[in-house]
Amino acid sequence: MADQDLSNRLREQVLAAADARRPLCIRAGGSKSFYGRTPTGDPLDLGGHRGVINYAPTELTLTARAGTPLAEIEQLLREHGQMLAFEPPHYAEGATLGGTVACNFSGPRRPWAGAARDFVLGCRLINGKGEILSFGGEVMKNVAGYDVSRLMCGALGTLGVLLEVSLKVLPLPESEITLGLQIGEQQALGQWRAWARQALPISALCHDGSQCYVRLSGPPRAVSVAAGRIGGERLADKENRFWLRLREQRHAFFDTRKPLWRLSLAADAPALPLRGKWLYEWGGALRWLVAETEAESVRAALGASGGHATLFRHGDRAQAVFQPLPDGLMRIHKKLKQAFDPAGILNPGRLYPDF
Amino acid sequence: MQNPPVQASSASIDKPALVRALRQLLPPEAVLERREDLRPYECDGLSAYRELPLVTVLPETVEQVQAIMRLCHRRGVPVVARGAGTGLSGGALPHRQGVLLSLAKFSAILSLDLDRCVARVQPGVRNLAISEAAAAHGLYYAPDPSSQIACTIGGNVAENSGGVHCLKYGLTVHNIQALKVVTIEGELLSIGGGALDAPGYDLLALLTGSEGMLAVIVEVTVKLLPVPERAQVLLAAFDSVARAAEAVGNIIAAGIIPAGLEMMDRLAIQAAEDFVHAGYPRDAAAILLCEVDGGNEEVSEHVFQVRRILKDSGASEVRTARDERERQAFWKGRKAAFPAVGRISPDYYCMDGTIPRRHLPQVLEEISRLSQHYGLAVANVFHAGDGNLHPLILYDANKPGELERTEAFGGRVLELCVRVGGTITGEHGVGVEKINQMCTQFAAPELAQFHAIKAAFDAKGLLNPGKAVPSLHRCAELGAMHVHRGELPFPDLERF
Ligand SMILES: Cc1cc2nc3c(=O)[nH]c(=O)nc-3n(C[C@H](O)[C@H](O)[C@H](O)COP(=O)(O)OP(=O)(O)OC[C@H]3O[C@@H](n4cnc5c(N)ncnc54)[C@H](O)[C@@H]3O)c2cc1C
Repeated sequence: MADQDLSNRLREQVLAAADARRPLCIRAGGSKSFYGRTPTGDPLDLGGHRGVINYAPTELTLTARAGTPLAEIEQLLREHGQMLAFEPPHYAEGATLGGTVACNFSGPRRPWAGAARDFVLGCRLINGKGEILSFGGEVMKNVAGYDVSRLMCGALGTLGVLLEVSLKVLPLPESEITLGLQIGEQQALGQWRAWARQALPISALCHDGSQCYVRLSGPPRAVSVAAGRIGGERLADKENRFWLRLREQRHAFFDTRKPLWRLSLAADAPALPLRGKWLYEWGGALRWLVAETEAESVRAALGASGGHATLFRHGDRAQAVFQPLPDGLMRIHKKLKQAFDPAGILNPGRLYPDF
Repeated sequence: MQNPPVQASSASIDKPALVRALRQLLPPEAVLERREDLRPYECDGLSAYRELPLVTVLPETVEQVQAIMRLCHRRGVPVVARGAGTGLSGGALPHRQGVLLSLAKFSAILSLDLDRCVARVQPGVRNLAISEAAAAHGLYYAPDPSSQIACTIGGNVAENSGGVHCLKYGLTVHNIQALKVVTIEGELLSIGGGALDAPGYDLLALLTGSEGMLAVIVEVTVKLLPVPERAQVLLAAFDSVARAAEAVGNIIAAGIIPAGLEMMDRLAIQAAEDFVHAGYPRDAAAILLCEVDGGNEEVSEHVFQVRRILKDSGASEVRTARDERERQAFWKGRKAAFPAVGRISPDYYCMDGTIPRRHLPQVLEEISRLSQHYGLAVANVFHAGDGNLHPLILYDANKPGELERTEAFGGRVLELCVRVGGTITGEHGVGVEKINQMCTQFAAPELAQFHAIKAAFDAKGLLNPGKAVPSLHRCAELGAMHVHRGELPFPDLERF
């Protein structure tokens, strides 16, 4: 497909929808349509609005239209020895930049490198009034005005239709290896805590129920010295295959029709008293649970851990997929929604039933 | 000043009644109302703007802050939060009809959680105090503004402050995990938590850098990092600024992200050298300080590569700090650059724009042209790695017209930054200082969107009124004949 700028056409569609008060369902590649509450509304297709607008390797910045396929961006970066350091999952072939940012999806490197939101420098969007607005920019530091660009990350399109996103990119690590350690979950959790206080070149930590996986990234000598300290067995994982499969949820753990829960919590939280299959990522800060358990019980089990639970796949998408917010925060959310989308036409109900 | 800050059009407040009401909420010594007691609060680090508040309050509990906010909300009294007052854009400038809310007594580190590598601190805790407390455990808080001995973490969050190490470690927004804030209605909100993300909108990001306009921060949970095994700094001298700028690009192109990458020009070098005797080469047109950190092996490898790149980029001299003492000395010159310039000129005005780094030579050339045009010298100090410029304009406020010329010069520099695709503020905030340039950076619908966000938190517009986001009328009145992205701005606003 050719690069093209559909901003004006998209804007007209939003204006028409706002006038008619008809909800829009924003989509591009459709790779994340499983995510969030059930989408409703007339499709607003960003798929054709694509193309890298600016890429300056020595500035570490890239700007692309929201419908640009992630794969295309990653390929371009790789050619210049760079990467999206938040390692976004694609989940399916059509994954685009806009969808990734709207979901704030990040992969195994997240605890060390940052999430999608940490790399967003600026954006161009259409708000619910059909106005095209620009925030942030293509520079690393920018505190002019409120940080609307980061506010878009994880907002699931409910505040604006992303048209363009500017990102900070980083060099690829010089080398990368994966170690396997034959230890149980409990022991891994303890070990990960201890490593967190040492300056080790760790870039991913996972326990998949059978063993603990450690990825190290950096200059070869630094990596091999750290490997010596950590121990375990060096796995033949040159292409990063284990981490890729994990990121894309193609690891056998995810092969299920049962509800898949995403639990985000403090890395040192003890194992939760919930029956089901568990997989630990992000050094313990991200835990996947496959279980038929009621949403209330999952969230009750989180208790005081300061975390939250998302029904990630399968299960009942009409219910509260995301952790319900306390009243005070919900009030602010509704007012912000009102501030960006007074007619309530952008992906209504996708995030919370209330707006 | 030529452009006094807009003050909210609140009708005049009954001061004695307000003071009586505040004294019901706070101990007597925590409510200041006499002129001489209010003096210390009349300005922040941008001392060209001064204003006395009606009252200053110094609460020490969250409940007191809530009660103050409820009272002010009910009575329609503006509230301006203040940390250490080191801000450089007049963000903490008091409102003459308002309450100045000092967070100075919130100075406790509430907990250091070593298992989670986080610290929970009150907003009045000084930036450096966090790293000092964590040091015994081999941890530190990464963002390190040059003002770190004095500035507070609450102020850092409100400004999204950076430091010399943010190229690698990020800004405040990348290094905090949770906030507790009190809204203008007196409601306490918890934002973020123990996890790496939170459900719903990213309010943590929205509040970071919001300049005290959306809520008052009463608690911050910051991330702590392990102190790198080793840090090594290199100093390179160049006979032209352009060449130094090119070297910066070459280091990044080699796939190295230094922990810090700073540049100073001749005037800044000489001022710093005279002040702290850092050992800088006085005759260089520019120096670069490049710090690499990490594991021992990684650092050795990177020092080797950076040395080579600097030499290949035309450095006339490259020095590697021999020991920790020399490393500290190299940094001391950089960190003392502002006060050093303060010694060679009666006054100086610190600018803060960010540009795509490739335009550095062109922008510096233009600045030096403007410097001649306005007859005012400029010392340049910048976070070269991320393109954040701090031109320091030297002037004498006692000379009639110099301040006005300085401001005009500063305004031109910021507009130049916008023109090359950059921004009017990288880390010091808009405050009252850059309120006019906001009209250059943003179009009317964007400013209107900011106002709508503000209203979602503070419908009456009582928190820090007149700062950070200009009214559309102000921009229109300014004559804002700036052409924004090829369009005439505010076409549908009346002009008067
Ligand atoms: C010599 C010098 C060097 C500097 N170097 C740097 C640097 O390297 N990098 C950098 O980024 N900045 C730098 N600064 C600017 C300044 O130190 C920072 O902006 C700092 O974060 C301000 O903190 P403060 O506690 O002094 O805040 P203040 O100046 O008191 O307030 C700043 C703003 O924050 C708001 N605020 C303060 N506390 C709260 C709160 N608890 N809740 C809500 N709003 C609040 C105020 O209303 C105001 O708008 C420097 C300043 C000086 C004087």
